[in-house]
Amino acid sequence: MAAFPWHPRSRNYTSEFESCRLEAVLVEFGDYHPLKPITITESKTKKMVRKGSTSSTSSSSSSSMIDPLSSVLDGTDPLSLFAATADSVTTAANTDSTRKKRDKDDSLVVGSDFEPWSSKRGEILARYTTTEKLSINLYMSSEKGKATTPGSAVSEKVRTRLEELDDLEEGSQKELLNLTQQDYMHRIEDLNQSLKDAWASDQKVKALKIVIQCSKLLSDTTVIQFYPSKFVLITDILDTFGKLVYERILSMCLDNRGSLPDNFTPESVNDTAKETCLNWFFKIASIRELIPRFYVEAAILKCNKFLSKMGISECLPRLTTMIRGIGDPLVAVYARAYLCRVGMEVAPHLKESLNKNFFDFLLTFKQMHGDTVQNQLVVQCVEIPLYLTLYSPAIDWILQCIAYRAPEILLTEMMERCKKLGNNALLLNSVMSAFRAEFIAARSMDFIGMIKECDESGFPKHLLFRSLGLNLAMADPPECDRLQILNEAWKVITKLKNPQDYINCADVWVEYTCRHFTKREVNTVLADVIKHMTPDRAFEDAYPQLQSIIQKIITYFHDFSVLFSAEKFLPFLDMFQKESVRVEVCKCIMEAFIKHQQDATKDPVILNALLHVCKTMHDSVNALTLEDEKRMLASLINGFIKMVSFGRDFEQQLSFYVEARSMFCNLEPVLVQLVHSVNQLAMETRKVMKGNHSRKTAAFVRACVAFCFITIPSLTSIFARLNLYLNSGQVALANQCLSQADAFFKAAVSLVPEVPKMINIDGKMRPSEPFLLEFFCNFFSTLLIVPDHPEQGVLFLVRGLLNVIQDYTWEDNSDDKVRIYTNVLHLLSAMTQETYIYHIDKVDSNDTLYGGDSKFLTEINKLCEAVIAQILDHLKTLGQEETLKRQSQLALYFFNSILAHGDLRNNRLNQLSVNLWNLAQKHGFADTKTMVKTLEYIKRQSKQPKMSHFTELALRLPLQSRT
Amino acid sequence: MGTALDIKIKRANKVYLCGEVLSGVVVITSKDAVQHQGVSLTMEGSVNLQLSAKSVGVFEAFYNSVKPIQVINSTIEMVKPGKLPSGKTEIPFEFPLHMKGNKVLYETYHGVFVNIQYTLRCDMRRSLLAKDLTKTCEFIVHSPPQKGKLMPSPVDFTITPETLQNVKERASLPKFFIKGHLNSTNCIITQPLTGELVVENAEAAVKSIELQLVRVETCGCAEGYARDATEIQNIQIAEGDVCRSLSIPIYMVFPRLFTCPTLETTNFKVEFEVNIVVLLHDDHLITENFPLKLCRV
Repeated sequence: MAAFPWHPRSRNYTSEFESCRLEAVLVEFGDYHPLKPITITESKTKKMVRKGSTSSTSSSSSSSMIDPLSSVLDGTDPLSLFAATADSVTTAANTDSTRKKRDKDDSLVVGSDFEPWSSKRGEILARYTTTEKLSINLYMSSEKGKATTPGSAVSEKVRTRLEELDDLEEGSQKELLNLTQQDYMHRIEDLNQSLKDAWASDQKVKALKIVIQCSKLLSDTTVIQFYPSKFVLITDILDTFGKLVYERILSMCLDNRGSLPDNFTPESVNDTAKETCLNWFFKIASIRELIPRFYVEAAILKCNKFLSKMGISECLPRLTTMIRGIGDPLVAVYARAYLCRVGMEVAPHLKESLNKNFFDFLLTFKQMHGDTVQNQLVVQCVEIPLYLTLYSPAIDWILQCIAYRAPEILLTEMMERCKKLGNNALLLNSVMSAFRAEFIAARSMDFIGMIKECDESGFPKHLLFRSLGLNLAMADPPECDRLQILNEAWKVITKLKNPQDYINCADVWVEYTCRHFTKREVNTVLADVIKHMTPDRAFEDAYPQLQSIIQKIITYFHDFSVLFSAEKFLPFLDMFQKESVRVEVCKCIMEAFIKHQQDATKDPVILNALLHVCKTMHDSVNALTLEDEKRMLASLINGFIKMVSFGRDFEQQLSFYVEARSMFCNLEPVLVQLVHSVNQLAMETRKVMKGNHSRKTAAFVRACVAFCFITIPSLTSIFARLNLYLNSGQVALANQCLSQADAFFKAAVSLVPEVPKMINIDGKMRPSEPFLLEFFCNFFSTLLIVPDHPEQGVLFLVRGLLNVIQDYTWEDNSDDKVRIYTNVLHLLSAMTQETYIYHIDKVDSNDTLYGGDSKFLTEINKLCEAVIAQILDHLKTLGQEETLKRQSQLALYFFNSILAHGDLRNNRLNQLSVNLWNLAQKHGFADTKTMVKTLEYIKRQSKQPKMSHFTELALRLPLQSRT
Repeated sequence: MGTALDIKIKRANKVYLCGEVLSGVVVITSKDAVQHQGVSLTMEGSVNLQLSAKSVGVFEAFYNSVKPIQVINSTIEMVKPGKLPSGKTEIPFEFPLHMKGNKVLYETYHGVFVNIQYTLRCDMRRSLLAKDLTKTCEFIVHSPPQKGKLMPSPVDFTITPETLQNVKERASLPKFFIKGHLNSTNCIITQPLTGELVVENAEAAVKSIELQLVRVETCGCAEGYARDATEIQNIQIAEGDVCRSLSIPIYMVFPRLFTCPTLETTNFKVEFEVNIVVLLHDDHLITENFPLKLCRV
């Protein structure tokens, strides 16, 4: 085939630039700016997730007699009346919406400042655990077994049903023994699920049975240390039940007017709903045993709203006194906690019964030390201090309810009452955890006095100090008392023998210390902690607390020079000897440093300490470390490196980088950062010298360049290496280190053949070609200005690169090679210009070196010819059916290049471009829109001076319609 | 099912007083038109007495079942023989609850030996080929409020080993002292039985304290009468070793249907009692009995 000679268009960059540049307009503050973050005001609509419809499948024909229970007393019975409410869909939907409103209402009554039960739940479950075996007494009923025949006497059926209820209370029980705690929790969860299922399938009696069964478990105090958790699990079920009943009755109140308003009155409730509700209460009132009767009635306390206005306010005191019948003090106090919980939820304004509950509890306080309880503890081998801590969640909760928005007088009264009782440590602790922190903090000295007076054998003292510390961490005691409080408290804390008790207290009190005192006190505290935790390597069991101490300190001390100058801080860090924890702590410190350090620093104390910290992190990396973890560590170390600055002392800075390189050689991102930092340092130097290096600075810059040149090969990521070579080459060039720049570029060129076909990006294998293409484009634009080496031939680097491209094994079905060739064409066209589009200050590029020498130009044209031949060859191979689309795209791409860079006054080139245009359209793969736009562009260009030949060209380019 | 019969009573709680008018609708639903020989509605009220085997012996109990006492009985023809259209047909009805002669409309009561029950029965007679359809439905009768003001009759009680009767070995009893009171033994049936109980001291641990509601039914017949006391319900008011000297509430709701105002007629009697049962840990069972008088106001 005939070779096409290349005729580059000569260009006047300055005038072109002028003509196409947009007029610069000042952007006023507040105006639209493309880089301004977009703020979208989103109106969030909370979606209510509809729970599985609990409405019954309506089987209104009671004559069908499927359910033996539904035919009895047709209608008046709560358990079958539900069946009569049809139209489940609208019902459920309406209930949902009312519930939503109601929830909102309630949250208005009980403010968000009231710590809800849900947040206590998890804490209790985590704290009160056991390894003992548990048992569940369950009545395994065969629900379907007792179907009575239709038509038998009504009373008989009622009786059977009551018997069934009795059965479950007395009769055939099945005991599940030897359950682990996990099994037990699963069982309870199963019961919760079967309650929902029973309800959904309209088996109300079964649902009630399950609830009674469950609440009965609460009277069982074997494995007493698990009791608080058991209470949590079972009251969950009760809550579910209460909600189900309430919603069902609410859904019965619907009539034509739609759902009831949020604060409905009993008068607006229809008779059927009232009757149903009443039936529930009658049914529950006939439960034989005290504890289930109490819990189930409390669970549906809210339903009183349907019957009368005063219902709840009459019920609460009655239920409160009912608890007096519960003999076991622990069971009783949890029953009280549940009543308070339900009371707060349903009627938070009724404070009276809350107080009554607490006073009743105080009356029974002596029972804890009675014989019955003591005997039980002996049998179960539970110590008194442990037993007393079991009360805490319940008393805490009751007191929290009482204290919520309570006047100061009431709190003082409560405190006085607690004081009067013997062994009041338990109460004292609850008072401290339930009352407002401000209240406690203001009386800290009193509390310390009381704590000291407490009986040693009872409630553990360290817990008391811990509770006090927690309060002081939240609220400030009077200024004058502060130091004394710390001294008094620490005097006791430091005497604690058990390291675990000690560290739990110390952990809490560190916050108080950090809050109000200086480095000196914190240092003392740290020293004390070290002293306590070092013997017998006690710290090994206390990593979480030690970690939390560190966290508290770094939240309060943002000045790292102060922090590290506390001489006990680093020894404290040394206590973290388990590597994983140690690294966690280091990470915390680094995160805090990066977040809070404002200015770059060269403080040797900080540098030393943080280098040590970073080194620890770095050394934790091994073959098994996850990628994410490595990335995380590297970014922390990078953050630190960026914050180090020795100001004008560049030498020192470089030697810091050298040191860092030797320290962090295992983390590639850190090495990359170091290369960038050193490059930046070189450019800084150039800036300081205003481009004119002295002998000294030139030597320094060369040292920087050398640093990079040595560092880059140690990286494994090939693209990181390529890009860094290019980058460093540019920096070397900018600093007039020509031979070094050549070396970088040569290294880059010789690295290209090693680029693998696939590379791993974020754990996925991806083809490398797009990255390679990108790199080449970048490289070409740098090559334009790199002057030829006097001893090598003309365009030595470009030729080298072309050879590499030629030899590289490209993907069979990709056109990247041709795209790169086209880009080479752009480069070569730019090289033929009299003056290049850009230069580097103080570096003579080829335009000045050759001064448009014809030999040079011929050389370039030869290269161009070869490249064009390659492109056309490739286009020809794309003639197959399946590759026509690619052919069309490539042809257009090449056409555009000729348009932009070629001199179309040359006939052959002109003809070539017309051919390409036709080729692009030939098989109908061209995008019509693009073609039209291109043509428009050509026409527009033709109006420019010296471009008149475009008009003619435009005429020769036919547009092919798709049809 | 082709055709379904249903009786719907107007009041949701199905409670009517003597002299009131019982109203409602009979609902017939069917996919096709129904051919029938007439639909009738019967209201019945009766007292069923049964003699317990314990009092009169097995055979007598079997043979001598006293005949039910008809209190009220009336039938009305709702629809003449003919055809009912397909779909849902509602036929309203009304029954005046009038006493027949000098008979009394007793309150609904479900007991063991005495049962007072009122039912509505709807019958649809059909041709030979199709079965007759029947549907029964109970409604509840409450006796009218008693005239005159109810005087509360509070009772105080103390229970100690000395106050007990029927003790075999008084010496083996642990010491205890329980006191308390019932606010009234004249009770309004719609309101709970209330009172207080205090365990002042007890040597043995308390296991449980319960309220046992007992019905005492007396049936008279030719040979004399049979009187039987049976438990209606048992409500636990204290569980475990309760705190000493702390008052525990006595509270019991009277169950509906199973209780009625205390009733005394020539043929039978229904009375109620409550037992306070204290169970000690060494399985000593202490019971204190209180007769109650229930009424409706």
